[in-house]
Amino acid sequence: MSLLVAQALTVARGGRVLVDGLDIHVARGGALLVSGANGAGKSSLLRVLAGLLAPAAGTVTRDGNVAWLGEAAALDPERRLVDALRFWAALDGGASADLRVAAALAAVELGEIADVPVRLLSTGQRRRAALARVVASGADIWLLDEPASGLDAASVAQLEGLIDGHRGGGGAVVVTTHQPLAVPDAATVAL
Amino acid sequence: MIALFWRDVRRGYAGGGATLVIAFFLLVAVLFPFAIGPDAALLARVGGGVIWAAALLAALLPVERLVQPDLEAGVLDQLAVRGVSPAMVAAVKIAAHWCAFAPPLMLAAVIAAGLLDLSAERLLLVEAGLLLGTPGLAALAVATGALVAGLRGAGAVAGLVMLPLAVPLLIFGAGAIEGGASGLKLLAAVSLVLVAGAPVVAGAAMRAGME
Repeated sequence: MSLLVAQALTVARGGRVLVDGLDIHVARGGALLVSGANGAGKSSLLRVLAGLLAPAAGTVTRDGNVAWLGEAAALDPERRLVDALRFWAALDGGASADLRVAAALAAVELGEIADVPVRLLSTGQRRRAALARVVASGADIWLLDEPASGLDAASVAQLEGLIDGHRGGGGAVVVTTHQPLAVPDAATVAL
Repeated sequence: MIALFWRDVRRGYAGGGATLVIAFFLLVAVLFPFAIGPDAALLARVGGGVIWAAALLAALLPVERLVQPDLEAGVLDQLAVRGVSPAMVAAVKIAAHWCAFAPPLMLAAVIAAGLLDLSAERLLLVEAGLLLGTPGLAALAVATGALVAGLRGAGAVAGLVMLPLAVPLLIFGAGAIEGGASGLKLLAAVSLVLVAGAPVVAGAAMRAGME
């Protein structure tokens, strides 16, 4: 069963066709690795898959909730990290938002700085905090745009572990990256 | 949506946002006596209009902070992937902005009325007018904020977009001070049209800004 299906997908930005007639199937437990140079259209493709951008042609079908990790963290800088995450966890609905946030913070090893305001976090910590929001969302489909940017080696390994764990739990992941990222048995699209 | 509403209200008051509006409003109101001289009778006569003009100018201050930060921080993206329609986001933002903007402004109008030597009856009509007119001003501010988000020199453009559209509020708001109830009804009608139309406009503008 496919969680994310795209058929004959064409993505264009500013009149330039970046992706032409692409078919994508990501099943439960599956992963798709989108690679390519800067400006090749990785992020645009991912935004189309997320429904944030209209495709020039073709269709996208999502069978489940989407968790989006974009370039910006979307965490209010003046709030404590745990409160900023709780805001989104509460919007995602479901019971025990507090527990999910606590578990997600532990998963990205930011539990110790949960009370620190977001504006004081470093680039890498902010990236991991955004990842914690994805983990806490409980969504089936993870769409991660350059999740490894700004992360050190240990954090990249942690990210790979989280992706494996999500797939093990029956979720699907689409990752764009321009650097090596170990995602076992992932389908690949090179732009 | 309630969480989003409270978040926006809190952000409206945080960082001295409300204080800034009050201070700017009072400063504009105080400029008029300096400009036209300390004639108490004259000031009392034009005072209501002065308060309305000052309210319009003060409404411009927060415009840049309403939508642009959320667009840049990816908050609008996150709401969109959760299936929240942009028009809904805009409607919540209008309600939250009104809560953060109208009470400080109406409080400041009392102080301004003292400075301009307005009578109690006229102050009451000004406050009633502000109560009816500020929802329209808040709707206009959010729609303008969404339209100019991401533009260079957004502040200047915001003034050019928003002030002409706010003129009907000024006319009927100031008119209600002389015209009484009929003026207030027209003011309420204009305000209602703005509140009804702004979420659609702001939603479409946010959608366009995200692409």
